[in-house]
Amino acid sequence: MTKKSFRIKGAGRLTPARTARFTFDGKTYTAYEGDTVASALLANGVHLMGRSFKYHRARGVLSAGAEEPNALIDVARDAARRQPNVRASVQDVFDGAIIRSQNRWPTLAFDTGAINNLLSPFFAAGFYYKTFMWPKEAWAKLYEPIIRRAAGLGVAPKEDDPDHYANRFAHCDVLVAGAGVAGLTAALSAAETGAEVILVDERAEVGGALLFDTSTMIDGRPGYDWAQDVLSRLKAMANVTVLTRTTAFGYYTHNFIGLAERVTDHLPRPGKHLPRERLWQVRAKKVIMATGAIERHMVFANNDRPGIMLASAARLYLNHYGVAVGEKIGVYTAHDSAYEAAIDLKHAGVEIAAIVDCRTHPGEAVVSAARALGIEVLTGHSVLDTAGRLRVSSMTVAPNGGNGKRRIAIDALLMSGGWTPSVHLFSQSRGKLKFDKAKDRFLPGLHVQDGVSIGACNGTDDLPALLAEAAAAGGGTLSVSGSSLYGWTGGMIGAAEGAGPETAVKAFVDFQHDVTAKDIRLAVREGMQSIEHIKRFTTNGMASDQGKLSNMHGLAIAAEMLGKDIPEVGLTTFRAPYTPVTYGTLIAHSRGDLFDPARKTPLHDELATQGAEFEDVGNWKRAWYFPRRGEDMHQAVNRECRTARETAGIFDASTLGKIEVVGPDAAKFLNLLYTNAWDTLKPGKCRYGIMTREDGFIYDDGVVGRLTEDRFHVTTTTGGAPRVLAHMEDYLQTEFPDLKVWLTSTTEQWAVIAVQGPKARDIIAPLVEGLDLSNEAFPHMSVAECTVMGVPARLFRVSFTGEIGFEINVPADYGASVWKAIWERGQALGACLYGTETMHVLRAEKGYLIVGQDTDGTVTPDDAGYGWAVSKKKPDFVGIRGLQRPDLIRENRKQLVGLLTKDPTEVLEEGGQIVADPNQPKPMTMLGHVTSAYWSETLGRSIAIALVAGGRARMGETLYVPMKDKTIAVEVTDMVFFDKEGGRIHG
Amino acid sequence: MFLIKCPYCGDERSELEFRWAGEAHIARPENIAAISDEEFAEYFFLRDNTKGVAYERWRHIHGCGRFFNAIRDTVSDNFLLTYKAGLPRQPVPGPQPVTPDAPEGGAA
Repeated sequence: MTKKSFRIKGAGRLTPARTARFTFDGKTYTAYEGDTVASALLANGVHLMGRSFKYHRARGVLSAGAEEPNALIDVARDAARRQPNVRASVQDVFDGAIIRSQNRWPTLAFDTGAINNLLSPFFAAGFYYKTFMWPKEAWAKLYEPIIRRAAGLGVAPKEDDPDHYANRFAHCDVLVAGAGVAGLTAALSAAETGAEVILVDERAEVGGALLFDTSTMIDGRPGYDWAQDVLSRLKAMANVTVLTRTTAFGYYTHNFIGLAERVTDHLPRPGKHLPRERLWQVRAKKVIMATGAIERHMVFANNDRPGIMLASAARLYLNHYGVAVGEKIGVYTAHDSAYEAAIDLKHAGVEIAAIVDCRTHPGEAVVSAARALGIEVLTGHSVLDTAGRLRVSSMTVAPNGGNGKRRIAIDALLMSGGWTPSVHLFSQSRGKLKFDKAKDRFLPGLHVQDGVSIGACNGTDDLPALLAEAAAAGGGTLSVSGSSLYGWTGGMIGAAEGAGPETAVKAFVDFQHDVTAKDIRLAVREGMQSIEHIKRFTTNGMASDQGKLSNMHGLAIAAEMLGKDIPEVGLTTFRAPYTPVTYGTLIAHSRGDLFDPARKTPLHDELATQGAEFEDVGNWKRAWYFPRRGEDMHQAVNRECRTARETAGIFDASTLGKIEVVGPDAAKFLNLLYTNAWDTLKPGKCRYGIMTREDGFIYDDGVVGRLTEDRFHVTTTTGGAPRVLAHMEDYLQTEFPDLKVWLTSTTEQWAVIAVQGPKARDIIAPLVEGLDLSNEAFPHMSVAECTVMGVPARLFRVSFTGEIGFEINVPADYGASVWKAIWERGQALGACLYGTETMHVLRAEKGYLIVGQDTDGTVTPDDAGYGWAVSKKKPDFVGIRGLQRPDLIRENRKQLVGLLTKDPTEVLEEGGQIVADPNQPKPMTMLGHVTSAYWSETLGRSIAIALVAGGRARMGETLYVPMKDKTIAVEVTDMVFFDKEGGRIHG
Repeated sequence: MFLIKCPYCGDERSELEFRWAGEAHIARPENIAAISDEEFAEYFFLRDNTKGVAYERWRHIHGCGRFFNAIRDTVSDNFLLTYKAGLPRQPVPGPQPVTPDAPEGGAA
C-alpha cells in the first residue's frame, strides 16, 4: 500500500515542521503536532477506525468532536497507561502514542464478528430480551458471557493506574461554558466589568465553529484570527481563567459545575509532577452556556460506511487540520451549511461528485455559489443507498418520489440534516425546554438557576444578534460586529427518503448502538408509547451519546409512528456527564490508602511489633489476636482466654468512644440521655449506662465515670462514638438548650490500656502513683485521676471480662511508653496480650452485651435482660414514652438468653435461625436467631447468646437451629455462663 | 451540591460541611411521658415529606457544629431561608419560587 498523504498544501493551521509518530494497530503513521488521532489517520488515508457495537459493521470517523459515536479507540503510552473507548476525534496525537482499534477479531479489516451483520434480521431491538429467556439458569452462565464478548467496546486495563489526578475547588462570578464566538464575546464582556471569569472549552483551541467556518468575519477580521486575539486579551487579564481541553460535564444544584481538565493526555512525555487530569468543582454566581450546536446526520440506507461523515467535520478537517477526507466527495444534505463544506473543498482542489439536496428550494446563495464553481447540485433528490465494504465507493441517487436511480462513484460522503442545539448543560440544570416548531428543535425555555443560554445552543442563528446577545449576557458594554457570507436555512429530522416505514433498510439513527429507524418503529409496534421506554427498548441515545446525534431523529421517527406531535412525545433526559469522565478524575486522591483512611490507635505499632493480626472495626484497625509461633487463630484465642482468666491479659481499648460531659447541669443532662439515674452517682464512681432512642430501643451503652460533681467521662461503643455525640448534641442544642453542659469528643485524646485478670493489680500497682488500689480503697466501678509513671492518667476499675480489671487512660502521646512498661511487667508475671476475639469470648462467658451484635435496633433494655438499668424514678429521659408503647410491653417479645448446644463441641453459627419444631412444614415459624457464638476454652464447651421469643420463660427448653446440612439441638439457659455469682470481679 | 448559608457562621458553605437532620419544628412534648400512643406516633414517627416548600433541620457538622433550620424548596432545591434553632417557624420569604417538574426517567 502506498503512503499517500491527504494533506492539502496551504490548507489548515498545523505546521509540517512539527511532527509526531504514532502506531495504529501496529502500523506506524506520521502526524502533525496538533492533530487528533482522527485527523492524522484521515491525513494518511485511513477511514476505517472501528467496528460497530452489535453488528460489527465497518465504521469510520463520523465527526470531528465530542459527539463521535464510531471511532472509539484504545490509547496507550504503556501497558498500564492505557485507556479504552477514547474518541479518535478528540484525542490529540502525541509522539509515541500506541493506538488500537476495538471490538474486532482478528483484525479491523477482517472481523469475524461481522457475521452478526448478516444475521441482523435476528438481532432487531429487543432481540436479547425475548430470545434468551430460558432456560433461566443459562442466562448467567452461557448467554450473557457470550453476548457480552461479542457485543462490546474496549477492554479496561488490569494494571493499577500509575498516573495521579488532581481535584480543585473554585468560585467565580461568571463561568462561560464554550469558547466559540458567543462564549468568547460573553467572557470578554464579563471580564471587562472586572468580574472573576472562568472560560472553558473542550477542544484544544478556542473558536468553536470559527475553527471550520472560514467565511465568517468578526470585527473586520477572519473569525479564527479574532478568536485568537480575544484569547490573548483574556489571558492577559488577572480576573480571567481560560481552560482549554476542559469539559463542563455537569451542571448541578446551586450553580455547581463539574469540569474535567485533561492536563497531560496530549503530551508525549508528561512531567511526573503533572496530574493526568484535574477535576474542577466550580461554584459560579452566573453560568453562561455557550455550548453551540451539533450537526445531525441524515438517516438513509447504509449511512454508516467509512467515509460517510458530517459535513462540518469534513470542513474542520480541511480548514483546521489541512486534511481532505477524500478525492471525490459526495454531499447529501437538508441544510445550507453542507454547501460551504463542498465549496471549501472545491477551492482546495478536491473533486465534488455532486451535492444531493432533499429540499426542492435550498438557500439560493449557496446553490449559486456551488454551481458557479461547477459543482453539480441535485435539488429535490435523495441518496437512497451507498455501497463499499471498508470504505464508501458509491451513492445511489434518485429524484424524490420518482424513478431514475443514478449511481455516483465517491470515496467520501458528507451529510447534514441541520443543527441540534446543545442543551445538555441547560437541561442538567433542570431548565425547562421548549420546542421550536419552525426549526424542529428544542431550545432553552425557563432557566431555573442563575444561568443564561446564548448563541447556537439558544437557537440564535443570526450572527449580529448572537454577538449582541453574548455581549449582553456578559454584563458589559462590549460591542462586536460580525458578518457571515451565507445565511443558512433548512434542516430535517427523522428518516430521509427511502428509509420510511415501508422499507426494511438499515438506516442508522444511533451509530454507537446500531439502532436503525426500523428498530425505533419496531419499538412502537411492540407497544412502547413513552420515549423513555423506546429509548430503553432500543438503547437509542444511551451511553456516551446522551442525545448528541440520535435524539431528534429517534424522536421524529417515534412521533411519526405514534401519530403524535414531537412535544407530545417528549424528550429523554440529558444526563451528566456530557462526555465520559474517567474514574481517576472523579476520585482524584481518594484511592489506595486514601480511599477509606484507616484509624490506628496510639498503640498500633506496639501491637504490630508483638505480632498482632488486625481486623477492621469501622475505620479502626483493631488487634484481633496475637498468634505465637505455629498457632492458628483458634489456638491463639484459647491460650489468650486461658491466660487472662488464670493470670492476666492486656488489651488495647483505645478505640472506645469517649465523650467528656462537663458543666453544672452535666448530671441532669445525662439523666435525660441515659435510662439510668446519674445524680445519685458519686464522684470517683462509675456506672454502666444504657442509652435508648425516643422509640425505646437500645442505641448505645458504656461505662460512665464521674470525676467531679460537674465532670463525667462517658464511654461509648467503638462504632457508636460519632453518632452518640451527634445524638447528644442534637438534644443539648435543640431540646434542652437551657442546660449548661459542654460536650467534647476525647476518643483520640486518650490511649486506653485494659489489664484484666487475677494478677491485674499486681501488674499495674508499682506503676501507679498516688492511689491506693486495694479493694477497700478502690473497689470495682471506681474511677480516679492519678499518675502512671508520672503521666497524668484516669484510672478505671472496670471489667469487661468478669475478672478484676483496670482501664488506664493516658494522653495518646504517652500511650506507647506506658504500654511498654505495663507489658514488661505483665510478661514478668505471666500475662498475655489479647485481641478483640478473646475480648468477645470473655465477655460472652459473662453474658455481657455488645450493642449492634446482640442488639439490632429492635431490642429494649428489658429484652436484653438489662431492665434494671432503666430508672423507675426519673420523670423524663429519652425513651421513657417509647418504652411504654403497646408492642414494647407485650408478652412474648424476643429476649436475649443463653444457648447451650446438646453436643458441647458444636459451635453455632451467628445468624442461625431458631425453631421449636424442626419437623414442622416450611416455611417454619422462627423464634429468633443466634447473636453470638463461641468456643469457650474456660468452660471446655461452646456457648451462645440468642434473641428468642419469650426466651426467659423458656429456660431449660430444647430448641433447634436448622442448618443447611443438619439440625442442631440447643438448650435455653441463663446468659451468664461463667462465675454466675460474680465473685471474681471483686478480686 | 448545595450551597448553604449557616446562620451562625453567616457564610455560604458547601454541602460537604453539612448534614441533613430531618424535618424542623417538631418539638419534643414537654409532658412526653403522659402523651397518648397517637400523639407519640405523630411526634416521633410521622413526617410530612413535603414536595415543594419544606422546613427542615441541618447541622453545620464540619463547621461550627450547630443545628439550624432551613426553608428549602425540595423541587428546585433552592434554599429560601436559613435561621437559628429555637426561632419560631419563619414565613417563606419573597415571591413563590419557580418549581418546574423534576426531571423524569431512570438510569442510563
